[in-house]
Amino acid sequence: MAFFSDITRGIYEDNPVLKQALGLCPTLAVSSSVSNGIGMGLAATFVLVCSNVLIAMIRKMVPDKIRIPIYIVVIATFVTIIDLAMAGFVPDLYKRLGIFVPLIVVNCIILGRAEAFAGKNTVWASFKDGIGMGLGFTFALLVISTIREIIGNGTFLGIPLFGAGFEPVMFFALAPGAFVTIGFILAFVTWLDHRKGAK
Amino acid sequence: MERSFYVSSSPHITDRESIPRIMYTVTLSLLPAAGYSVWLFGLRALVIMLLSMAACVATEALVQKLMKRPVTVSDGSALLTGLLLSFNVSAQVPLWLPVVGSVFAIAVGKQVFGGLGYNPMNPALLGRAFLLASWPTHMTVFSGAPPAGGTVSGIDVITSATPLNVLKQAREVLANAPAYPVEKVNQAHEAVGQLYDSIDKIFLGQIGGCIGETSALLLILGGLFLLYKRYIGWEIPVSYIGSVALLAWIFGGTEGAFSGNILFHIFSGGLMLGAFYMATDMVTSPITSRGRLIFGLGCGLITMVIRLVGGYPEGVSYSILLMNLLVPVIDRSIRPKVFGGGAKS
Repeated sequence: MAFFSDITRGIYEDNPVLKQALGLCPTLAVSSSVSNGIGMGLAATFVLVCSNVLIAMIRKMVPDKIRIPIYIVVIATFVTIIDLAMAGFVPDLYKRLGIFVPLIVVNCIILGRAEAFAGKNTVWASFKDGIGMGLGFTFALLVISTIREIIGNGTFLGIPLFGAGFEPVMFFALAPGAFVTIGFILAFVTWLDHRKGAK
Repeated sequence: MERSFYVSSSPHITDRESIPRIMYTVTLSLLPAAGYSVWLFGLRALVIMLLSMAACVATEALVQKLMKRPVTVSDGSALLTGLLLSFNVSAQVPLWLPVVGSVFAIAVGKQVFGGLGYNPMNPALLGRAFLLASWPTHMTVFSGAPPAGGTVSGIDVITSATPLNVLKQAREVLANAPAYPVEKVNQAHEAVGQLYDSIDKIFLGQIGGCIGETSALLLILGGLFLLYKRYIGWEIPVSYIGSVALLAWIFGGTEGAFSGNILFHIFSGGLMLGAFYMATDMVTSPITSRGRLIFGLGCGLITMVIRLVGGYPEGVSYSILLMNLLVPVIDRSIRPKVFGGGAKS
């Protein structure tokens, strides 16, 4: 049971975006289409898992006072790997995500998990935590980008869903639409929890 | 012995004003402009107004019911929002457009924040901004086929561009005059001249534009009525229109500084509607007199920046929305001195 709890915790219960409200900047920026959202989520998951594992390995050697710079160096290493890999293998997606791939370095989910979890737990537990949080981030991006792509562009994964008569609500594909969508989703999640708590 | 003294808490002096009374009076004061637009644009304008008002009232009732709040649609605030929103769209828009805008204006612009009195921005303008971001083509097309059977007025404004649009394009050409052929530059000069010669038409409203914004005259009359009733203060209209006039005079001209046509800039576009009806919204404007002067000044500044150097021909709605968001800051920094509070506290 404990095997799964480290993973499932990140997906809903402690979801980085929906519950901890971390990593909102990339969430707002890349969730305009589902393919962008999934690409960003998986890239961040890779970095998160790798940095969690490495930081958990070196956690006893890292002097407490300079742990943040050391974490950042570790994270930046893996971001460089994924940055070059995406540029090489998925150039289209890489171009669309643009600056937000290198910016994974400063994604506060990754630094947050390093600080709150990997620096204090075993390598195996940190690995599972990385997977759970990464999938949670991807899940949140998937939900937000699905809503935004369908309403804002009339498509899902680029496939048109409505007839030609449908005029997409471009607002939702633009930045303000990201804020409104995420606001409503956070409100919905909070409402669900309140209802569960009331029972 | 009978009790002859009643003890109650303040306030002890009240008057007959109430939210519904204010809202319905403001709505009534817009009716001349509404009637004029039906005369000018045809029955379609009336249909859009009615649809928009109905959608606002229905959304408010529905959302309040869903959120288990008291349903307060009878206070007239949603009705007024609907009317103002329809004043802000072209008479050529498809009929579903004002309905969608109304739903957004009330649900996201007002009820999400807690309803009347809690909304940081003017809901009608937020609805307009939403529509403009979503369907820019529908929202910026003012010309189209004239309605079947023509309009009552017989004036063909529907096929002509709005004055601010004409000015924007002409200024574009004149600013880079060497880059354009001579006849194009001459055309631009001529267009500007024609605009400046038709101030009377612009003032009366015989021009293209959004449904309710065309007639400066009727909007000013309505605004003066509201001033007389003290539903709005003089500060915002004066500082807003004043700053637009000043900036238009200095920078608005096509022949260097201080050559701008003040009357053209203050009577065209949505300035009168914005300055009297939108910027002065009690909920979303500062509470102190000095704060309101600053608010109007900011609106005027942003409006003219957008009109003269921005991408859109008209900036009234965005300027008011942006200043709405600054209202808490203005209110906090301009605090009236507390009586007896000392020279400096």
